[in-house]
Amino acid sequence: MDTAFYTDLLIPALNRGLIMSIKLIIPSGILGLMLGIVVGTLRTFGHPVLRKAANGYTAVFRGTPLVVQLFMLYFGLPNLGIYLDAYSAAVVGFILCSSAYHSEYIRGGLLSIKHGQVLAAQSMGFSTFKTMCHIIVPQAVRRALPGCGNEIIYLIKYSSLAYIITCIELTGEGKIIATRYFRFTEVFMVIGCYYLVLVTFVTAGLHKLEEKLQIPGFGTIG
Amino acid sequence: MTQGQGPILRVENICKMLGGKKILNSVSLSLNKGELKVLIGPSGAGKSTLLQCINFLIPPDRGQVWLEGTEVQHHRKRDLYALRQQIGMIFQDFNLFDHLNALENVSIALRKVKKMGRSAARERALAQLEQVGLGDKITLYPAELSGGQKQRVSIARALAMDPKIMLLDEPTSALDPELIGEVLSVIRDLARGGMTMILATHQIGFARTLADEVLFMEDGRIIEQGPPAELLAPNARTRSRDFCSKLDELYEENL
Repeated sequence: MDTAFYTDLLIPALNRGLIMSIKLIIPSGILGLMLGIVVGTLRTFGHPVLRKAANGYTAVFRGTPLVVQLFMLYFGLPNLGIYLDAYSAAVVGFILCSSAYHSEYIRGGLLSIKHGQVLAAQSMGFSTFKTMCHIIVPQAVRRALPGCGNEIIYLIKYSSLAYIITCIELTGEGKIIATRYFRFTEVFMVIGCYYLVLVTFVTAGLHKLEEKLQIPGFGTIG
Repeated sequence: MTQGQGPILRVENICKMLGGKKILNSVSLSLNKGELKVLIGPSGAGKSTLLQCINFLIPPDRGQVWLEGTEVQHHRKRDLYALRQQIGMIFQDFNLFDHLNALENVSIALRKVKKMGRSAARERALAQLEQVGLGDKITLYPAELSGGQKQRVSIARALAMDPKIMLLDEPTSALDPELIGEVLSVIRDLARGGMTMILATHQIGFARTLADEVLFMEDGRIIEQGPPAELLAPNARTRSRDFCSKLDELYEENL
């Protein structure tokens, strides 16, 4: 077996790509979830104008392919005088796209909270904003967490689209080598393993988070 | 007292349409300090809507509310939030915050609305929970409490805000019969302690012994009102009396 191909060429390149992938995934995952919570809350409890805007936003970002969104951000925005480097364009695209999906999980979570708690909070003088921040959203996030975790895992995999706008991450590094040496099967199998490991770690992390946020009455984790 | 002997709460000509139906039809009432008025009447009479119009959880279509002689400008958010802090509300199905334990349920409004410090809020919440007999349950979450305990937490939560008035919307209707007593005894203590209250209830016996006045509501109006001894006297020929004897019969059948 040609071990030098792996040890000297493929693995170092993929490790380099992995670091770039992680640099893409962490801010996109965190900011995407935060924006998703805001968008989901606006869609459920927002002022009618904001609700419409948030619904429109979700419709656009869930309704168009992520590749198209990335192209618009990277190649389209310069026409408006806004220049994003490849990394920034990718992160912005991932945040916008994943928050649109998160917002739907959050909306489901919000709708599952009994309206009586809103009344109870307001009867004590909570403003609508404080009711959301302190009472409703903390519960909705717990309810939405399994769905949001799903979206984060999905983000890990669609982060591979960044290489299309020249932000060379894990898949990009691999593809360059695969093309140059025409060894697609091995290269992409190794790439697959990298993602599998990444997802396994994140899944475990999300499980830990669910346990940490666990409260009696919010379902149980086996 | 700067307000003299005027009523602490005055509600005038409250009207509310919901879904094309007149739920409240020009309802007025007034409440003096330390008074307990009991609101009775069939389901759908508008009791809950009336109570929720008083603190504008449901904004009335028409009508005014005066608290201590000042008309409430409920369109001003700041006034509205200030009003609500002074009016405690108890709901039929408790409406505890499910993600907070008993102590946090009571202390959160102290911290986030009254801006109290964490430890001061904690102490106050603890004292309030002890008052309703739940000093040993403070770390339990709503899902771990019985119905009666939940309702007592919700009473403690309202009392911690130092309300001038309490509105109780059928506080025992969602409880198993054997749990009603513990909640009623907390309410009785409150009444004896001089808390000003409006209580919507079907517990007629309880109402009879404690109420200063009974208000009978039907079809969005207060159709009868008076001291329970008059309105509910065995020989009184009032709609309230009819209604209550029906409830009594029902209750006896159940027993």
